[in-house]
Amino acid sequence: MKTDDLITALAADARSASPPFGRVLALALAAGAVLSLMAFALRIGLRPDIVEALGTVRFVFKFIAIAAVAVPALVLVFRVGRPDADFGWWGDALVAGPLLLTLAVLAELVAVPSAAWSARLIGSNAIHCLIVIPSLSAAPLAFLLAALRRGAAPRPAVAGAVAGLASACVAAAYYAANCTDDSPLFVATWYPLAFAVPVAAGALLGSRLLRW
Amino acid sequence: MTDPARRTEQTIRRFAREAEWAGLMIAATDHGDQAAYRALLEAVAGFVRSLARRGFARAGLDIGEAEDVVQETLLAIHLKRNTWRRSDPLGPWVTAIARNKLIDALRRRGRRGEVAIEDLPGELEAEETSPVVEDLRGLLGGLGERQRRIVTAISIEGRSVRETAQLLQMTDGAVRVALHRGLKALAARFRDGSHEDG
Repeated sequence: MKTDDLITALAADARSASPPFGRVLALALAAGAVLSLMAFALRIGLRPDIVEALGTVRFVFKFIAIAAVAVPALVLVFRVGRPDADFGWWGDALVAGPLLLTLAVLAELVAVPSAAWSARLIGSNAIHCLIVIPSLSAAPLAFLLAALRRGAAPRPAVAGAVAGLASACVAAAYYAANCTDDSPLFVATWYPLAFAVPVAAGALLGSRLLRW
Repeated sequence: MTDPARRTEQTIRRFAREAEWAGLMIAATDHGDQAAYRALLEAVAGFVRSLARRGFARAGLDIGEAEDVVQETLLAIHLKRNTWRRSDPLGPWVTAIARNKLIDALRRRGRRGEVAIEDLPGELEAEETSPVVEDLRGLLGGLGERQRRIVTAISIEGRSVRETAQLLQMTDGAVRVALHRGLKALAARFRDGSHEDG
């Protein structure tokens, strides 16, 4: 086929334009988050003492730390799927979460006697955390990857990893409302491990599914 | 090297081009304006051709083969045009796709897929016309029978969707769907580098 023939075929297909990519992504994100929320409500639920917990610094801090990762991750999800993807300074902004968490860990080490450190780090929900966060990430990740397939990610594995990270943030925001381990020592240990699962899955799936 | 007057002139030309391209793309997307779309794709093909040839020449490859990159880029622009935001200029978006496809093509040929940004033409200076390429019917060989007939009728034989529909006793809608799927299949064949043996 000569290039001019190809152009003829493309011109004949001019009407096939799909909806704007940003809208597709936003819908996918919303659908994944809602589905994940339903799973959370049906199978996991809020911790019984949620009202008292809301008055404690450690509980509230969990959501601040998650938001610090979620904001750049969600911004990046809307960028990684475009051929001229430009992370801008949002890529650098991803260090905000880990940095914040590190400071909180230091504060916790000061505030709590060393004899109690290991109990706080291990907590009572470590395995639960490692199972629930990846599980709740599955729906958002699936929807985001499906949406990103309509895009043109210049780096498919990176795009998948970012989708995994954004999904993990959604899942963690729900899970944190269930988990009774609020110490930064627990959060800094187990949440990153739990996040690694959807991020790695996203990168792996992305490198296969997001080529274009 | 470039005096200010020349640079200003280039900038003005680039803005004019961006505005023209964006206008054509919007006419094509919103109103299905085939003539506008063809004009856009022809202009883009010239731009991508000079970029691809430069990349192939630099890698010591036959510039005749660069036409593959032009076709692959046009397909990607078509199938991924939903990723262009109307608030953005079209040129950098086109260049990003072309650069991506050029790097892929160089890698497939065992060259390091490194293309410095400076190497890419920022200007539309050397618009080159379509070369007399070998007829790449092999590319169509990977399509199913029906898709191939439809894509061939519309592209190579230059029939309209309606004519093709009558010829194959299908509805217009079915022809449109098959055409779109056929184009997606072509893009996949390019991507997987399987058309050389097709």
